Amino acid sequence: MGSEAHGIPTGWRRWVLSTNHKDIGTMYLIFAILAGIIGGAMSGLMRGELMEPGIDFLTNFTGGDVEAAKHFFNVLTTGHGLIMVFFMVMPALIGGFGNWFVPIMIGAPDMAFPRMNNISFWLLPAAISLLVISIFVEGATYPGVGTGWTVYAPLSTSGHGGPAVDLAIFSLHLAGASSILGAINFICTIFNMRAPGMTLHKMPLFVWSILVTVFLLLLSLPVFAGAITMLLTDRNFDTYFFDAAGGGDPLLYQHLFWFFGHPEVYVLILPGFGLVSHIISTFSRKPIFGYLGMAYAMVAIGVVGFVVWAHHMYTVGMDVDTKAYFTAATLVIAVPTGIKIFSWLATMWGGSIKFETPMLFALGMIFLFTIGGVTGVVLANAGVDTAMHDTYYVVAHFHYTMSMGALFSIFAGWYYWIGKMSGKPYPQFISKLHFWVTFVGVNVIFFPQHFLGLAGMPRRIPDYPDAYHLWNYVSTVGYMITGFGTLVFLVGVYMTLRSKERVGDNQWGEGATTLEWTLSSPPPFHQFNELPRIK
Amino acid sequence: MSLNKILSTVAVFLVTLLFGGAAALADGIYKAKPDQLGFMEPATEVMRDIVSFHNGLLIMCIAITLFVMFVMIYIFIKFNAKANPIPSKTTHHTGLEVVWTILPIVILLIIAVPSFRLLYLTDVIPEADLTVKAIGHQWYWSYEYPDHDDFSFDATMLSDEEAAAAGHPRLLGTDTHMVVPVNKTVRMIITAGDVIHAWAIPAFGVKIDAVPGKLNETWFKAEREGMYYGQCSELCGKDHGFMPIMVEVVSEEKYNAWIAMAREEYATNETDNLTRVASTLPAQQ
Repeated sequence: MGSEAHGIPTGWRRWVLSTNHKDIGTMYLIFAILAGIIGGAMSGLMRGELMEPGIDFLTNFTGGDVEAAKHFFNVLTTGHGLIMVFFMVMPALIGGFGNWFVPIMIGAPDMAFPRMNNISFWLLPAAISLLVISIFVEGATYPGVGTGWTVYAPLSTSGHGGPAVDLAIFSLHLAGASSILGAINFICTIFNMRAPGMTLHKMPLFVWSILVTVFLLLLSLPVFAGAITMLLTDRNFDTYFFDAAGGGDPLLYQHLFWFFGHPEVYVLILPGFGLVSHIISTFSRKPIFGYLGMAYAMVAIGVVGFVVWAHHMYTVGMDVDTKAYFTAATLVIAVPTGIKIFSWLATMWGGSIKFETPMLFALGMIFLFTIGGVTGVVLANAGVDTAMHDTYYVVAHFHYTMSMGALFSIFAGWYYWIGKMSGKPYPQFISKLHFWVTFVGVNVIFFPQHFLGLAGMPRRIPDYPDAYHLWNYVSTVGYMITGFGTLVFLVGVYMTLRSKERVGDNQWGEGATTLEWTLSSPPPFHQFNELPRIK
Repeated sequence: MSLNKILSTVAVFLVTLLFGGAAALADGIYKAKPDQLGFMEPATEVMRDIVSFHNGLLIMCIAITLFVMFVMIYIFIKFNAKANPIPSKTTHHTGLEVVWTILPIVILLIIAVPSFRLLYLTDVIPEADLTVKAIGHQWYWSYEYPDHDDFSFDATMLSDEEAAAAGHPRLLGTDTHMVVPVNKTVRMIITAGDVIHAWAIPAFGVKIDAVPGKLNETWFKAEREGMYYGQCSELCGKDHGFMPIMVEVVSEEKYNAWIAMAREEYATNETDNLTRVASTLPAQQ
């Protein structure tokens, strides 16, 4: 057999020089967990500061210097955002689950370009290192990048001396290059390496979701790379792309950034949509309802996602007709998203539902994403958004879609596939405890933030007027609950990996119909030496 | 208003649920601001419209969320593995799919009509009675009164002790502040001297970015006298959270008296040349 012909590399060579999609997927997942812990710790520091009015928590980290603590808070918001977006959610969903299961689901032996897959992954540790280093070098008077993850000019150009912002830009360049290479790899794999009979319209929805996602990345990241390169030259080589004094325009940066940034947030959620479809179908023991509608709803979300970017910029002073257009375009997104929610409900309708842990996370994702979705419809209206723009209402909205939508689908995928990936079952009680604690925790963090936002509390401030105390306090209590939930998750990971039990080929029974369940758990180092035929 | 009451009740219930006996906190929200769950009390027609449109949207949000929730609960009861051991084989139903595509479109159209009305009401600037310029700096606001010989002054945040002594809320009080007459349409011209800031007064329904090199316009017509507070609403560096905005709305007579005082008091302050040129530009319709 072919797999024995080139054997399995051992030791560090297996990982550092890996060209195996499953090993690379595993490395992505480990990377995402580590980055998630860093990003989560950063949000803990922010919530610690915001628990009580006054600045007296972060000063513990700045030697009692209040001014440094204020800047440190901005560094934390920046770091938390960038790490969660580029180094947690994307590596987990696309690099991790995508690498592991896209080739298997389409009946391919590996990715199209295995060596490129290796460099895609290994750019990430370099990228996050640059970002972490930036925290410790000079930024705006104090160390670190305090621009927010959006890195708006001119705060990121004339507003930040020192090399911190440059390091962060290089970090984003590397992370972007990694994602572009990954995107090319997935596109080539999905278009060229499907097993005989696996037509596009028979492809599992997770593969569809990854396909749409990587197209969004491929088309939007170059724009972002261009924008931050212009930041770099504005900072260092006396160009004036974003400086009105030299004929440039600070708002040009925002347009370029959000032309990337809005598709990017769909990049974060679409793979979750795909994953949740599989899990709902598996545990309802029913095929997905309205398969074609589901696939093309994702395509529609992807396409429309490219023409709504300026709804992030309603208060920059745009022409009223432009705002009207972006309001209309943004509202349209609710239609395909609604199709997805209703189709998931219809998949469960008439099903025979088992409430295993992956299903719990998938159901939690559907419900909480609905809440994030309806507040999104509120924010889409430029007239109302004037009152909510840059307040905690926005923070609550996008954490309901990301921290509950994307993160819950990552956890759902983790429990769904950890048996397949490791060959070992996850602990029942601990995993369910993880779900319930996290479910309560995130809601206690983020639901009260709607109140704060309506009452006018701006985002990204380290101290607030006393009227906002109560809900900030509640929110921080929610963080502690969620933090405990994360510890439970890590205990569950440890118990899984230490488990002596083994799971069979198909852990979930007849509801699980995709190709990964035809392989052993864990799958062989090289699968499908003879291509499967899809009827 | 009644919606606010309902929300407040829900919140009190939540707080009681969360904290049980922690009376101090529950007590705090009764005293402080029972309406801190929703928007601030509106002081302009624009903000009143924003609040009423938002209340409509909120009802829609709650209805959709409850609908999804009840369908899910029904499914859990009716179609769990015990209650329904044999799953159905349905995979599609064209009629149903058409309905759940059309229905959201109809809901969105219902939203879009008042949404556009609100947008055009807030965004088209009516004939102004006076013009005030606000310039964002790291980290304070400057104000200029081009209608009155361009006198200008800076408004810097008061320390906690100074704010307490002056009777302003912590982090919201400034040493000097902008004054405008009640029931007059005020045209605001907003720009910035260094990085992007945003000038916002929640009770007016006003929030607009102060972008260096760009003049932004907005307007408000305050209906009640009083002191209005806002905060910078675009991340602008270390002291972004510490450059509050204070606007005092006064009667016509008090305003005229203040103008007379301010012209003398602030006469020696330097006015930024760049923005003086800008003030001569015609208003955009």
